[in-house]
Amino acid sequence: MKFWPLIPRLILLSLLIAFLVSPESFEFLFKPLVQANAPAIYNQGSLASLTLLHVRMVFFATCAATIVAVALAILVTRPFGAEFLPLARTVVNIGQTFPPVAVLALAVPAMGFGNGPTLVALFLYALLPVFENTMTALTTVPRAISDAAKGNGMTALQTFWQVELPLSLPMIVGGIKISTVIGFGTATIGSTVAAKTLGEVIIAGLNSNNLAFILQGALLVAALAILVFDLLSMLERSLMKWKAA
Amino acid sequence: MIDIQSVTKRYGGKAVVDAVSFSVPEGSIAVLVGTSGSGKTTLLRMINQLVSQDEGAILIGGEDTRGIPGHELRRRIGYAIQGHGLFPHRTVAENIATVPRLLKWERSRIDAKVAELLTLFQLDPALYADRYPHQLSGGQQQRVGVARALAAEPKILLMDEPFGALDPVLRGTAQDELLAIQKRFGTTIVIVTHDINEAFHLGDTIAVMDKGKLLQYGHPIDLLKTPATPFVEGLVGTFDRPFRLLSLGTIASVVEPGDAPGEPIGIDKTQQEALAALMWAGAQVLPVTAEDGAKLGRVRLETLLGQAIRPQ
Repeated sequence: MKFWPLIPRLILLSLLIAFLVSPESFEFLFKPLVQANAPAIYNQGSLASLTLLHVRMVFFATCAATIVAVALAILVTRPFGAEFLPLARTVVNIGQTFPPVAVLALAVPAMGFGNGPTLVALFLYALLPVFENTMTALTTVPRAISDAAKGNGMTALQTFWQVELPLSLPMIVGGIKISTVIGFGTATIGSTVAAKTLGEVIIAGLNSNNLAFILQGALLVAALAILVFDLLSMLERSLMKWKAA
Repeated sequence: MIDIQSVTKRYGGKAVVDAVSFSVPEGSIAVLVGTSGSGKTTLLRMINQLVSQDEGAILIGGEDTRGIPGHELRRRIGYAIQGHGLFPHRTVAENIATVPRLLKWERSRIDAKVAELLTLFQLDPALYADRYPHQLSGGQQQRVGVARALAAEPKILLMDEPFGALDPVLRGTAQDELLAIQKRFGTTIVIVTHDINEAFHLGDTIAVMDKGKLLQYGHPIDLLKTPATPFVEGLVGTFDRPFRLLSLGTIASVVEPGDAPGEPIGIDKTQQEALAALMWAGAQVLPVTAEDGAKLGRVRLETLLGQAIRPQ
């Protein structure tokens, strides 16, 4: 990859780190947005630790969803699992059709306040993109290629590991990428039910009519989403070296 | 070598291959020819058990193919298909090494084999071994596909329209290459095509299939001489069959002593090529030379025309 496209990302990353290490240094930027006596920098907790908790939440939810969705997609694309396809589709679609707020509202009575309901909502939300991408990737391996694999003496398992999966990986990572980006945004809503995410900062800003807080929360989430999107895009490209080379 | 014994395959009650029997002698090329939907590809895929027959048996070297696990059988039989089916995420060398790797050959033996095959197919290993399939031209991809099929030195090679995606010039080269390789390794080859010209060019024997049935199986000359059905007669073509007939023999059998003026014809040319040379030159007779240029005699237009008469 060329060096030039990396520069804006490196700048963004340095800004993010600098802001998390020393938010006070950026006070002058946010001062004009607040009334004279109001704080310009979030002061009800550590922005750095909230950011880490936010990332951790999205990471665990997406990982769990990826494992379940990829496993399901592999199962239903095998000859013995084909009859489960409609069921699996229905399950992952339900995850997507429920608004996250509704998932939270339903999960709180069962799981109580805290991180639990948000993890469930993020997990359900992340299932569909990964599942659909994995399905599409596995079912669109050109017939001539899987036929050649079998015709050259690969067993079904060898065909899967040596041909179908490597050819599908870039698209699977594409699905994970979509899920992760959705997850970063959706996780903020979790703070309405006391999940420890950057949503706290935004909600605090809304409650105290503090535009600086809202912006800090939103910008941090946006920066994280952009950086992770880029990181996963790089991974996606490196998995497709054979196409670009 | 390959014995196909009244093999039938049905899909949804309809027989796509209907009680077909024939055998392919060791070291020869058999061509399955027919229109699309004739069952020729299904029949080919039953030989390596990519499709399993409902009735009948296929014996390879006397051994029933159903007694061998499918993947092991297929590692012993080369398989090349139209559009090559190369693995896009693997380099040329890795593609060719597919079956040897499955057979757990030693690294050095695999490397030597890959280099040998690349050289044989006129692809410089230093230049092409590490390329990915999409970086090759169509003709090169096709050659790598055949090289992959030959990598584990199979005694049998199955080919499903292997040259279908090539332009006519490349196709001719690829066919000649295949004939040379067949001669070198003595491989038994079964090849599916819908191109009757290809069938006549390559086949020691030709099997004509239509609607799942084997209409005729025999030497190319038998198809011309005594077509079994009007379908076979139509397929081999009525208007160009004298030329096809001439294309089956070289001029070695019609050379007569003597000399003649004009551009000499090589002794290894077919009678069809000699006829074309005579007609184009507007000559009644032309000299014949050996590969090294030595004069061998002459060939007369009249003799060739005699050869084109329907055989009795």
